[in-house]
Amino acid sequence: MGVVTDAWGWLTTGAHWTGEEGIGQRLAEHVYVSGAALLIAAALALPLGLWLGHLGRGGALAVNVSNVGRAIPVFAVLALFMVSPLRNAGYVPTVVALVLFATPPLLTNAYVGMREVDAAAVRAARGMGMTGGQLFRQVELPLARPVVMTGVRSAAVQVVATATVAAMVGQGGLGRIITAGFATYDTAQVVAGAVLVALLALLVEGVLVGADRLLSPRFGQRLDQRFDQLGKR
Amino acid sequence: MSAPNCLVTNDWICGEYLRTRSQELTEATLQHVGITVVSVLIALAVAVPLALLVRARPRFAGPVLGLTTLLYTVPSLAMFSLLLPLFGLSSALVVTGLVLYALTILVRNTLAGLAAVPAETREAARGMGYGSLRLLWQVELPLALPVLMAGIRMATVSTIALTTVGSVVGRGGLGNLIEDALPTFFKAQMLAASVLCVLLAVAADLSLLGLQRLLTPWTRIRTAPGGG
Repeated sequence: MGVVTDAWGWLTTGAHWTGEEGIGQRLAEHVYVSGAALLIAAALALPLGLWLGHLGRGGALAVNVSNVGRAIPVFAVLALFMVSPLRNAGYVPTVVALVLFATPPLLTNAYVGMREVDAAAVRAARGMGMTGGQLFRQVELPLARPVVMTGVRSAAVQVVATATVAAMVGQGGLGRIITAGFATYDTAQVVAGAVLVALLALLVEGVLVGADRLLSPRFGQRLDQRFDQLGKR
Repeated sequence: MSAPNCLVTNDWICGEYLRTRSQELTEATLQHVGITVVSVLIALAVAVPLALLVRARPRFAGPVLGLTTLLYTVPSLAMFSLLLPLFGLSSALVVTGLVLYALTILVRNTLAGLAAVPAETREAARGMGYGSLRLLWQVELPLALPVLMAGIRMATVSTIALTTVGSVVGRGGLGNLIEDALPTFFKAQMLAASVLCVLLAVAADLSLLGLQRLLTPWTRIRTAPGGG
């Protein structure tokens, strides 16, 4: 296909990588806004979701908030920020819009992950005399981790993909490569931009999967297995 | 232009704007609703047969689910830009992009809904002599409906939000008004269009919930004590 070779040609042209509007700069902006938004959203949503899940309260809130979040268009939020004083604050509009976008699914997954922890395991832990804190750290968190991490991964991929919308209001990121190509009817450049975003999303997914494997505590795995056996009996 | 005060001072909320541009707002809203409805209906018409195919031939599960998930990670901006050479500046372009996104949610939820049908129920229906088509239409689809409707609600709400990005090719419904307002900092238009967009999503979600309750009266009998 001609488009693919054209896009490859565009990507491998050294001049497209340098300068204020180059791939290097756009990639750095994209990583910066997505990373910052994801970290802030995780810092807000995960503790709250895990805590609500531990208490078993606020379920309606935790689940409905992601439905409401889905209804809010990122483009509209960004546009509103760009006509408010926030427009002079550098990348802040994009970061805030993405935080609003990423928080609801993170919160829901953290809550659901905690609620799906095998009730038998929780009862057993309580029977062993564990305190709330011990139960949370040693039983619930390790067992909820897969679901919570799945939420983090899907939020990360969505944030990386959605950060492109920032280009529609003139904010930085890889989306600018797409809009610039679009404005000049340069399909090769549009494809190249889309490929860069998709590759970045896949890379983020891969890094998070790797980090999850590395960070998964050995005692957590043993607990997983032990409680799996408990559940089967 | 003999515009009254709030248009001149560029207020966020401006009754005069709503009054003088109501036709523009109505047209944009209608375009938004039209694009969303067509997209979700086409996505549904594709997703249900796909899900049935995956269920009948499990070796298609990997490719179908993988492809629809992959499509979901393509940025909407890139999707609309990439479809441009195929469709030109048309609503069909935006609809195609939105259908591809909605497929992910709908295929998954249709499969989950069908999987939730109890095996005993299926066997009982077969034992009563139901053929596979009648089994699907009269037993499986009704029982899958709550999960399927949850998927339709999710797909509809996110399609309404995503339609705004269609303004990149001038077919974004209310998104067009938002984009037009950007260069001139026209606050009243931007806020009105954004709020309308969220209201549309909420209204669609609630109407679909109502439809679901109408279509599945049996789910309420259990939850409403004394209702029977």
